[in-house]
Amino acid sequence: MTIDTERSVETASPAIAIRVDEAGRPSGHDDTTTPAVEFRDFHFYYGKFRAVKEINASLRRNRITAIIGPSGCGKSTLLRSVNRMNDLIEGTRVEGRVEFHGENLYEDYVDAVEVRRRIGMVFQKANPFPKSIYDNVAFGPRVNGARGNLDDLVESCLRRAALWNDVKDKLKQSAYTLSGGQQQRLCIARAIATQPEVILMDEPCSALDPRATLQIEELMRELQEEYTIIIVTHNMQQAARASDYTVFLNMADDRAGYVVEQGPTAQLFTNPTNQMTEDYVSGRFG
Amino acid sequence: MATSSVAAATVRGSLRAQSRDWAGTILQVLLVLALLFSLATLLVLVYDQLTKALPVFGERGVDFLTSGLSSNPAKAGVLQGVIGTAILALLVTLLAFPLGVATAVYLEEYAPDNRFTRLLVLNIRNLAGVPSVVFGLLGLSVFVAALSAAGVGNGRNLVSAAFTLTVLVLPIVIITTSEALRAVPGTIREAGFGIGASRWQVVRKLLLPAAAPGILTGTVLALSRALGETAPLIVAGAVLGSFSNTGASAAETLSGPYTVLPVIVYDWARKPQEEFRALTAAAIIVLLVVTLAANAVAVLLRNRFERTW
Repeated sequence: MTIDTERSVETASPAIAIRVDEAGRPSGHDDTTTPAVEFRDFHFYYGKFRAVKEINASLRRNRITAIIGPSGCGKSTLLRSVNRMNDLIEGTRVEGRVEFHGENLYEDYVDAVEVRRRIGMVFQKANPFPKSIYDNVAFGPRVNGARGNLDDLVESCLRRAALWNDVKDKLKQSAYTLSGGQQQRLCIARAIATQPEVILMDEPCSALDPRATLQIEELMRELQEEYTIIIVTHNMQQAARASDYTVFLNMADDRAGYVVEQGPTAQLFTNPTNQMTEDYVSGRFG
Repeated sequence: MATSSVAAATVRGSLRAQSRDWAGTILQVLLVLALLFSLATLLVLVYDQLTKALPVFGERGVDFLTSGLSSNPAKAGVLQGVIGTAILALLVTLLAFPLGVATAVYLEEYAPDNRFTRLLVLNIRNLAGVPSVVFGLLGLSVFVAALSAAGVGNGRNLVSAAFTLTVLVLPIVIITTSEALRAVPGTIREAGFGIGASRWQVVRKLLLPAAAPGILTGTVLALSRALGETAPLIVAGAVLGSFSNTGASAAETLSGPYTVLPVIVYDWARKPQEEFRALTAAAIIVLLVVTLAANAVAVLLRNRFERTW
């Protein structure tokens, strides 16, 4: 794993490097784009247990936002609230709003299935369907009613997921013949096939080796031009390396997660305003 | 050197089994004996019946399969039983398969996890253990009575038999389909929902194809059970003795008197004439062949659907 040393600066923790542009300013200033997803006073309950509380955060378009925090603080719960995957669990309840371009996703009229077509998801462990590589990518469009020849769409998605060259000769083979990193890229291709605006990634690299991890991170940078990416990661180096904006969650005494601090990644890691952030980022806990 | 060979010998000694595992050996022997006993029972049964049956096939050949029932052993054949069993196989599959799979899909994928659902599942499991003759009584009091009231003959026909057997095997289809669906990993469902598929799309395009081998096996299991049932059909109106329906149309075959192979076996086994011993054995062989054929179809279908992903 290489770190671009002439383009990195030290942060609160020497092990973490962040990107800078030519002038030495941290890259990823993001206050310029409109929010794609906003949490407003958002609380989430599993039955009686409140998993996250009072979440207020703006996640901006065409940026990579990382949600970090120690285990169990509700990062995945928060992420899955965006595309209403938590609806599939019985007994869950929300308070507050999750706004997608200003519209609350939890209004009664909103169809969760439609939400998930616009907000895609990549999971922690690659989970391709027990089908061929081609059918995996074509599944989303077909489910949306696409008919006829999907060859061009499948190729374009596999190219954008940096997988085309690996699989172009074996599109009809089972997805399970691919390696872990390739399967995860296939899942990314599958997710972008429905042409979502936002891609949620729940610790997508935690089951991958460092080389595959870096490939995914490069892929995220390329995808950023077209999509908004929100990634949950427990790997701080990854958050610092790969994201523009970071939201730091921690668990309160009532075991509910709350936002300790959020801001442009460079700033959060070099100059955090909250002592707890500084402690977490420098590895003193978590 | 002396010391190194002593050291080696010590290592070898410590690596060997320290004492003989008598309990393990005895257990293994007992298990093999149990297996041999089961196999032997089956083989003795088949051999016994086969030797009694072969003279019948030798003397009468195909005529045995194409003749109808008769009190005259020289003329009696299993044709009506074969027809009855075949029609029942078709009807029961057509009824029990969709109903059973649909019920299992509902219970596994749609039903909320509450007391009512759990009660439902418990009841279905209990039904699977109810003695089959009870279903015959159900068939008599419900299906036979209903058909008779509707004017379909006297109600004792292949249609009421099909309904009776369907109710009997439905719990089996439901339970095995449920198991097959549960065996599909949850990650597949998650990925399907995550891509924006509706619940029905996840079931139809992901879960049912993945669970197909298990579902098919369960259906054939259920069918094999149905084809061998005797008591419920006797109670629900299969004919003991003989009847004639030569030249009957399809409607007449379905609405008139009927019999099936297991019932013929039962009937002939009770007859006093010595000649019927051989005929009974021959009928048993025919029944076994039909059952084996049904299972073979299942294995073929299962292999076709089971791709090694």
